[in-house]
Amino acid sequence: MSDGVLLTGGAGVLFAVLAAVALASAIAVVVARSPVHSALFLLLSFVLVAAIFILQQAEFVGAVQMLVYAGGIMVLFLFVVMLVNPGVTRSEKSFQHQWDVAVVLLPIFLLPFLYILGTEKLPDVPVKAEAFRMVGTRVVGNTEAVSWVLFRDYLVPFEVASVFLLVAMIGAVVLGKRSLEKMD
Amino acid sequence: MTLPPAFWTYLKVVLLVALVPAIVGFVVVLAERRLMGFMQARLGPNRVGPQGTLQGLADLLKLVTKEDITPSRAEKAVHSLAPVLAVIPALTALSVIPFGPPVRVGRTVVPLWVADVNIGLLFLLAITSIGVYGIILGGWSSNNKYSLLGGLRSAAQLVSYEVPMGLALVSVLLMTRSLSLVQSVRRQEAMHLWFVFPGLLAFFIYFVAGVAETNRNPFDLPEAESELVSGFNTEYSGVKFAFFFLGEYTAMIIISCVAVTVFFGGWLPPFPNVKALEFLWQVPPALWFLAKVAAFLFAYIWFRSTFPRYRFDQLMALGWKWLIPLALTNILLVAFAILLTPGWTTGLVWLGWTLGVLFVLAYLAAKLRQKLARRERLAAEPHPVEG
Repeated sequence: MSDGVLLTGGAGVLFAVLAAVALASAIAVVVARSPVHSALFLLLSFVLVAAIFILQQAEFVGAVQMLVYAGGIMVLFLFVVMLVNPGVTRSEKSFQHQWDVAVVLLPIFLLPFLYILGTEKLPDVPVKAEAFRMVGTRVVGNTEAVSWVLFRDYLVPFEVASVFLLVAMIGAVVLGKRSLEKMD
Repeated sequence: MTLPPAFWTYLKVVLLVALVPAIVGFVVVLAERRLMGFMQARLGPNRVGPQGTLQGLADLLKLVTKEDITPSRAEKAVHSLAPVLAVIPALTALSVIPFGPPVRVGRTVVPLWVADVNIGLLFLLAITSIGVYGIILGGWSSNNKYSLLGGLRSAAQLVSYEVPMGLALVSVLLMTRSLSLVQSVRRQEAMHLWFVFPGLLAFFIYFVAGVAETNRNPFDLPEAESELVSGFNTEYSGVKFAFFFLGEYTAMIIISCVAVTVFFGGWLPPFPNVKALEFLWQVPPALWFLAKVAAFLFAYIWFRSTFPRYRFDQLMALGWKWLIPLALTNILLVAFAILLTPGWTTGLVWLGWTLGVLFVLAYLAAKLRQKLARRERLAAEPHPVEG
């Protein structure tokens, strides 16, 4: 296991491989011709990101990533993609008709990003991975550490966020219902 | 000479991956067919080997030698990927199941689990939720309307029933205070209490959701033969079909193993604290575990020959309108039972008694209602002899 957040040794190599494949599959999501293939590549990148979380000893976040994104949200994605007839776009030569705009915009966004990446100093003292498993001075599992943070330190923002989600959910139900009535 | 711990881990992985499919093919499937034959007053397979014991071998030969057909307009890559996605998550999930306490081999102590992960239950839910892709993709890639419908049905079903299943396990977490499955058994040992008693509601919700998650009767809508030919696996043959089959049965075994571990004391014998029953400890703990899992598999088979299939809207209504609200209520019940009484165990014992009494009362009420309805019906109908 590593000392800090930056991974070294075998874990570092594993991280590099996982990250490279995750990035490659993320690119494949945009490049793939069939929407179902895109969805599958997105699934692969979710799973790999979960693996990276676990590598960083954030096993709770990793498991939730798998459970919520890979197991729940992606299933719904696929559900929709399979219902709308896929494969039509495959005959088109290219999806992108904005090459000129992209060429102008790319350096505007990329250069500052590269600049920040190049000049930003990594902290001299590496952040201990243990920091994510501590409650006060006790070392506990990542699950317990996350729950203390969510339900004690940031209880109000957490509850506010959940109310927002509830509102969004009710809104979606209302909208969905209205359009159904119109169809009748 | 002591072998490195890694050797034992690899050995356990190899044993699990080799043994579980063999047990599925040779024992579970045969037991299912013979038992269903018995329940339906027929024989079942009894020709290959004594009492049909070698039927698995015959099935294996048939499946391996069968031509592997891919429909001409199918998505080739996805079509081959789907059966693999159905098996791998199920076999991976076996790694966190504690089959028994650590045993002594020579001078080393070998635990009877591959890994005691501190996110055990979450890991199980996360890994098994990947299994649904096998079914959805199998259905979609076959380029067959029946298969697609089967795949879509299963997607809706599995996503719906994952929620009550997770919520039922949350109430067990309140009792265990750990996500680890090994800790769950140790805690039941320390508290002298199988969690099925305070978690009676949770257990029922978990098991019903588990039957739905494994696409078994009465929730086998994704492969409803009479409506969808065979659903998502219509276009599969040979080894690929066998993979789907293996995935489904391994998932069944995992649901049973988890139910035994978190509700029925894992490898502990019944009533581990009662002095008069201490002789039960003479039986190796792993055998207790296997016996309990076998009882669950029997229940699965029993269900299959007893219940008629649900209609799709009934299935959705049961999941969303009954199981999820019930599971949420149950979490509150367990939380209050723990908080309102001194000590951790007292409240749970009380909750266990209350739920047990309520359960018996509900059963008696249902019986009585059935009896009254029958009497009414008989009174309304003219007597067969007089009429």
